[in-house]
Amino acid sequence: MRYRYFPGCTLKGQAKIMEETTMAAAEVLGIELQELADWQCCGAVFPLYEDELITLLSPVRTLAAADGEPLVSLCAACHNVLKRAQELMQRNEEARNKVTDFLEVDYSGEGRVLHFLEVLRDDLGFDRLAEMVKKPLTGRKLAAYYGCLLLRPAKIMQFDDPENPTIIEDFLKALGAEVVKTPYRTECCGAYLSVTEENVARDTVSKIIDSARRAGAEGLITACPLCHYNLENCAEENAGKPVKIFYFSELLAEALGLTVESGSAEEKTGEGSP
Amino acid sequence: MASITKSRMLEEMKLQSGQDPSCCYQCAKCSAACPVTAAMDLLPHQVIRYLQLGLEEELLESRTPWICASCFTCAARCPRDLDLARMMEGIRLAILRRREGNKFGPADLAPEQLSKLPQQALVSAFRKYNK
Repeated sequence: MRYRYFPGCTLKGQAKIMEETTMAAAEVLGIELQELADWQCCGAVFPLYEDELITLLSPVRTLAAADGEPLVSLCAACHNVLKRAQELMQRNEEARNKVTDFLEVDYSGEGRVLHFLEVLRDDLGFDRLAEMVKKPLTGRKLAAYYGCLLLRPAKIMQFDDPENPTIIEDFLKALGAEVVKTPYRTECCGAYLSVTEENVARDTVSKIIDSARRAGAEGLITACPLCHYNLENCAEENAGKPVKIFYFSELLAEALGLTVESGSAEEKTGEGSP
Repeated sequence: MASITKSRMLEEMKLQSGQDPSCCYQCAKCSAACPVTAAMDLLPHQVIRYLQLGLEEELLESRTPWICASCFTCAARCPRDLDLARMMEGIRLAILRRREGNKFGPADLAPEQLSKLPQQALVSAFRKYNK
């Protein structure tokens, strides 16, 4: 199985561990992720006004560079921006003509745009994944934290049921973990408000962490570097027996029996401004 | 349907967001769904009401559009299929597109924030609060 791969800026910085663990796991699973040449940041948020064309240039350049082949990302935000930019290119002819003329590319919204979890579910299959697990996460009580960007807007993302998703729970079951459900799994963590309005992010994150603890979860699983940061850094209280925050790929690598030496634990990277 | 207002912002918003606030019947599901209402001075459904009434100045002064984190939960729950996140973006852009309309810039970051925050956080914050 071969895919073009868009890493995005954070996966080369603060969230390097997500890329490293995914790459190690993909190799074992027979999934080839071929990194796009000369990629640039997707812009992190999808422009919600139809005349904001400048912020579309970067994601559309990325989509065109995939050359019609399936394009995979790991970061939930990159995936959201790329998928929504693709939908806009399919739907809005005027925006498409302006953007592609400016970029001098030929693109009209073709190609599959996938998150790596979708590759595991739809192309590899969770049953097949379960067969390849070497060190099942038996007895580990883990909870999915979806956040916003993988799920919404559901009509465009078509990732899972936006109110009752199961993909991360099914993934965790395939790895042999004990799945715990928490009521705040699809609530927003506060996103970039941790930069500008930290108190607001503290409030949203604390509710998520508290609900996970009450449900008996020892870890929360995310696919978004910003969720990961907020959940780790903005909780009012996560002491005693803390709820740990994992990228889905860390558990994937672990269950496949892989030990990944990280070049950059999150604390170590200091130079990572975009 | 009578035109309630001649507000330029409102006309532009309808065009650029594809959303018509007059479709809203004020059920307030958006406000029930929103995870950050505690910090808002206008609740999400009130923002739409103000849009219906053309209270442009009040909206431009409100804290609410800057608290909205674009999580899209309001749009997911709206029985009228309105996307309030797009309308909030319209109010933000009405301010940001003015000269000196930026709400947040690199100088507002504390040095320890710069070293800790993931790139994604910085890029998205600057995209949302800065032009």
